[in-house]
Amino acid sequence: MEVRVANVRKEFERFPALHDVSLDIKSGELIALLGPSGSGKTTLLRLIAGLERPTRGKIFFGDDDASQKSIQERNVGFVFQHYALFRHMTVADNIGFGLKVRHGPSRPPAAEIRRRASELLDLVQLSGLEKRYPAQLSGGQRQRVALARAMAIEPKVLLLDEPFGALDAQVRRELRRWLREIHDRTGHTTVFVTHDQEEALELADRVVVMSQGRIEQVGSADEIYDTPNSPFVYSFIGESSTLPVKVEDGQVWIADRPIGLSAPHAPSGDAVLYFRPHDVELLDGCSGCIAGTVAASRRVAGTRRVELEIGGERQRVEIELPVDHPAAQKSRVAFRPRRWKLFPAA
Amino acid sequence: MADPEIKSYEPHHESQSAAVTESLPVRLLLMAVAFAFLVIFVLLPLIIVFHEALAKGLGAYTESLSNPDTRSAIRLTLLVAAIAVPLNVVFGISAAWAIAKFEFKGKAFLTTLIDLPFSVSPVISGLVYVLLFGAQGLLGEWLKAHGIQILFAVPGIVLATVFVTFPFVARELIPLMQEQGNGDEEAALSLGANGWQTFWYVTLPNVKWGLLYGVLLCNARSMGEFGAVSVVSGHIRGLTNTMPLHVEILYNEYNAVGAFAVASLLAGLALVTLVLKTLLEMRYGAEIAATRGH
Amino acid sequence: MTIAPAKAGWRFRQPSVIPGFGLTLGFSLAYLTLIILIPLSGLVWRSAALGWTDFFAIATDRRTLNALEISFGAAFIAAAVNVVFGTLVAWVLVRYRFPGRRIVDAMVDLPFALPTAVAGIALTTLYAPNGWIGHLLAPLGIKVAYTPLGIVVALVFIGLPFVVRTVQPIMEEIDKEVEEAAATLGANRFQIITRILFPGLAPAIITGFSLAFARGVGEYGSVIFIAGNLPYKSEIAPLLIVIRLEEYNYPAATAIAALMLLLSFVMLLIVNLAQSWSRKRYG
Repeated sequence: MEVRVANVRKEFERFPALHDVSLDIKSGELIALLGPSGSGKTTLLRLIAGLERPTRGKIFFGDDDASQKSIQERNVGFVFQHYALFRHMTVADNIGFGLKVRHGPSRPPAAEIRRRASELLDLVQLSGLEKRYPAQLSGGQRQRVALARAMAIEPKVLLLDEPFGALDAQVRRELRRWLREIHDRTGHTTVFVTHDQEEALELADRVVVMSQGRIEQVGSADEIYDTPNSPFVYSFIGESSTLPVKVEDGQVWIADRPIGLSAPHAPSGDAVLYFRPHDVELLDGCSGCIAGTVAASRRVAGTRRVELEIGGERQRVEIELPVDHPAAQKSRVAFRPRRWKLFPAA
Repeated sequence: MADPEIKSYEPHHESQSAAVTESLPVRLLLMAVAFAFLVIFVLLPLIIVFHEALAKGLGAYTESLSNPDTRSAIRLTLLVAAIAVPLNVVFGISAAWAIAKFEFKGKAFLTTLIDLPFSVSPVISGLVYVLLFGAQGLLGEWLKAHGIQILFAVPGIVLATVFVTFPFVARELIPLMQEQGNGDEEAALSLGANGWQTFWYVTLPNVKWGLLYGVLLCNARSMGEFGAVSVVSGHIRGLTNTMPLHVEILYNEYNAVGAFAVASLLAGLALVTLVLKTLLEMRYGAEIAATRGH
Repeated sequence: MTIAPAKAGWRFRQPSVIPGFGLTLGFSLAYLTLIILIPLSGLVWRSAALGWTDFFAIATDRRTLNALEISFGAAFIAAAVNVVFGTLVAWVLVRYRFPGRRIVDAMVDLPFALPTAVAGIALTTLYAPNGWIGHLLAPLGIKVAYTPLGIVVALVFIGLPFVVRTVQPIMEEIDKEVEEAAATLGANRFQIITRILFPGLAPAIITGFSLAFARGVGEYGSVIFIAGNLPYKSEIAPLLIVIRLEEYNYPAATAIAALMLLLSFVMLLIVNLAQSWSRKRYG
């Protein structure tokens, strides 16, 4: 099922949590809403679910305007951050709940509900735990029961709010791979919220980066990482180094010298240069490069981090060198970013 | 996939470090004073009820309980509780749902209003109904003209009892439901349940022990209420006498055995209430929340 | 979250997917209005209808003044007694481990569960001159039953759980490390209790006091048996209301009730002020 979010605005009390957000989600896609806390990602997810109503704008499921539908009619599978398992019901009753509360002919007979529950338990690899209560399960098991419960109603879309947020790192990695497998097998359109970029980049077909109630960028992991389209995305995803620069005559300047990067389409004036610390080319001589004195050098696992002081204003910038690179021994290092981007100075 | 079973438990600090407790003699002295106080003020009154009730033997005890006036007082007390408690349960659930599940203006004020009956003297709780329904009351003339008897009759007793027991269920459920949040309800709704199903299958089971706790306290108070009921009842023997009022009448007639026999039933009710309350707290402490007290 | 304020209309409630708001709030308000608000406002209306001069005459009547003095005075003394012994009981229950602690703990709630009339006749029988406790006190010249002292005894019984149950949970939360820190800094046990523990408990103790006091002022059932009910001497205000009602003197009953509510309100206001002062000071 395709989901289309069209110009949605959401205010709480008087404060906007989302400004004019639009997003197209393709059928069968696994999509991540990524952002720091307060960026509006959970609000967007709850709006899609119908747990909140938009202040303005519409949400379409396929061609249907879902904004007019109640949460029950929307038929979404929602996995809550803390799972919201019904603690007085067994695992099987939890999974069968959505079928049990149906009315009339759409409600399957009890035996059928039981069969479906154990089928789903097989899918989430918890066979045999039908009779357990949520309190008797580990965090990871609860997570999987919550997913099975959401899938039992054959949802149009599957929505997961910080699905691995409450789990420890080990379990989290395992479940991540497992969720991908389940998605590939069942083909549900799936949206999940996370603040963990590794999780988003590894798991999702497309990542929606959000900040301050707005969508900053939508794209595949490669697009997001390699061509960030805003300073926020550049610094939020992966590591980045920045330097204040000037653009003149299509050239990038630091203080009074050009650094060998040409930017023919950038407007002249002050700008900020963004690049990845590891994506630099080390140079010997220096005409048309960035050069600085080594202020600090740290060994970080397989690489060496070097902090350089650049120019008269002693601007600090960090780059990454191979451990055995001779440049690390020197007091002056010259380099040029391989891939970089200019953003107008704030 | 191997997720270890996660169980949280806190180590219980039984031992006290020497630096932060009193010396043994001081401890013993403090305990002795505390116990003496509790024995004199709490235990002895309880014991003497049964002592006096059985002062003239078991025969006199059972005889005074089989008195028809006593019987009708017991029946009336049960009847009043059977009406007042369910009414306050419905109100308590309804108020807790509105207050705990929603954010709206004036919520804090409403919560304060619910506690109001606790800060009003029971006598005044009865008085307000006399002022409303009495012969000189605001509705007195109208009621008389239509032959409706509220005061000095069962409806008045029920109303006064409802007034004094009004907050019990609500104030037990409100903090409990607030603490539990809306997550379970949202999950049920997203799975297609309607409002009633959500309440019945999800909310009610989540608060059932807290509800029982509130009902227990509400029931104890409605069966034992004296002041408010005394003002509105008219003390008509065999008709509008509840058990506590009957205790008073018998006592004032110097029928000590009779008075204490009825009192022993009420004391028994109090003990059963305490035992159940303690069991609930021990077994389901977390599920009735930290709202012990009154 | 950086959020720019935006304009939106005044809203009575925030939107929510949870159903049933109108039904439950509507029912609750209707029930509250019918059972509590209309009857109580009837009291206010009636006493307002009295007029100043009548109200003043009833309020300054010697018997009324004495009854109020006895009710508020006895409730104050009883609440003060309960602060001392209730805090002690809470301390013993929280800090010491002994067999039967659960039972002792449950016992504290007995005054709350025991119907007041039962408590009244039981205390009277105990403290009567020939009663179990009364005959021990008689040789010392102490009379409890049928005197104002009896009222205090009844109110101590009634108020005990209020103090214990308010102080106990706060006492349980006290962090042992704070005490240990004080000990390492050289404070002795007495100093730790008076300077470290007591200030932290003060707000809870004040709350417990005010609850016990408020309950004591209005108490009727347990008091009337033991008090002796002599006008001007041991007649409590709630009883005077009942007497006025039995005399069909509705205006007097109404005025005394209104006066009691007013005084309780003022007392609670003072207590709240004391509380916010102690909170500000001790956190």
